[in-house]
Amino acid sequence: MEVLLGITGKDFTLIAASKAAMRGATILKASDDKTRQLNKHTLMAFSGEAGDTVQFAEYIQANAQLYSMRNETDLSPSALANFVRGELAHSLRSRKPYNVNLLLGGVDPITHKPSLYWLDYLAALAPLPYAAHGYAQYYCLSILDKHHHPDITLGQGIKLLTLCTDELKRRLPVDFKGMTVKAVTKDGIVDIEFDDDKVVKSA
Amino acid sequence: MDTLVAQYSRPAYQQNNALAEEEQQDLLDGVPGASNLSLKFAMPPVAHPSAWLRAVSDDRSNPSCPIKIAHGTTTLAFRFQGGIIVATDSRATAGNWIASQTVKKVIEINSDLLGTMAGGAADCQYWLAWLGMQCRLHELRHKRRISVAAASKILANLVYQYKGMGLSMGTMCAGVTKEEGPALYYIDSDGTRLAGNLFCVGSGQTFAYGVLDAEYRYDLTTEEALELGSRSILAATHRDAYSGGFINLYHVKESGWEKHGFSDTNPIFWKTKLEKGEFSNVTSSFSERV
Repeated sequence: MEVLLGITGKDFTLIAASKAAMRGATILKASDDKTRQLNKHTLMAFSGEAGDTVQFAEYIQANAQLYSMRNETDLSPSALANFVRGELAHSLRSRKPYNVNLLLGGVDPITHKPSLYWLDYLAALAPLPYAAHGYAQYYCLSILDKHHHPDITLGQGIKLLTLCTDELKRRLPVDFKGMTVKAVTKDGIVDIEFDDDKVVKSA
Repeated sequence: MDTLVAQYSRPAYQQNNALAEEEQQDLLDGVPGASNLSLKFAMPPVAHPSAWLRAVSDDRSNPSCPIKIAHGTTTLAFRFQGGIIVATDSRATAGNWIASQTVKKVIEINSDLLGTMAGGAADCQYWLAWLGMQCRLHELRHKRRISVAAASKILANLVYQYKGMGLSMGTMCAGVTKEEGPALYYIDSDGTRLAGNLFCVGSGQTFAYGVLDAEYRYDLTTEEALELGSRSILAATHRDAYSGGFINLYHVKESGWEKHGFSDTNPIFWKTKLEKGEFSNVTSSFSERV
């Protein structure tokens, strides 16, 4: 029951991930950060099998940073998304594949165009205006279908995210302990203060 | 001795009748000409009918099962200041096959009681029609309309008697009566019966809940409520492969229910996209970005 959400807007990409680290019937940690920064304007959120997730994310992070050091330039979000897809496709055909689902959000350093990439453990890659992984897909995509517009501001994006997390709090049977929210803008990655303590009452 | 053994040992399929003969008689007592309305169903001639049914019809564990039961639906109903909105899609699927796009999933039990249909199409159709009969019998016996609470409980008790025998239904009963006001009940084949303000049932339920919860208030106007009900079904038909076809809309109020159309989703989808700018993921511009 991990939650990953991504929303693009006029000049930003929002990435949100649930804070709970769960193993079986236990919440091991209530302030887990399921995101890694790949370079100045690309952020990746991950969910999936315990162990695989962080291993894979940090492997990608290290390679993205290695590229930046060697070439004194960053890979664009689309280049990174295609690199990650390649690694995932390679792993899928190995003896022990990584079981990891990802959202990759970024803002192009030159054109300032925001982008969001949805990848699953089967190495399917889709660029989307808004995306989700896990059960969040079932509850949030219909909300985003209705309320998302491509030219929204960051404030409107956060409001939209609240609409989604409120529904998850209302209908998901398990407490996911709130969300870590980060925004990718042309100036880099910013942590967003997000109110997790609001109690949502069911109709 | 043999006659004694024979008396107490019948084949399993004869023992499994959900309703004992006396119970059936109780249900039909005092109804002239009801003796031919038997509730005795022919059971398959095997040792364990319910296990057998599961083996031949469970699509999830055995995709090549010989019997494909019609499943997959989105239905919703919610209470608000002006009564109750009931809305459904109209698709029936059997496995991956779209069996029909024009199913009536709202069953008009009488002029102020509605039932909705999700799960096995045959089970729902049969038992809601049966519920209609029971409601009419109640009316004739007691010279007054049945309450929604009582009607829903007749159905809940019936499906509970058949629990574990393979019935598959998720239904909602909605109605407005003098004593109760607007009343909404959820009943499923597990035997669950719940009163509530808002329910979505079927494979598309989560998508409908998403749109409905976000803007639901009890003090919605009738126009807002009808639009929200219709938009929630549209959301589900867009994301759930097993929902689609037409949007069937009803408004239940004190004077009885009122039908608000059986409308094709396709033109509604494009109208919503082009006029309101929703469904921004449906675009050709993203195919270039990969």
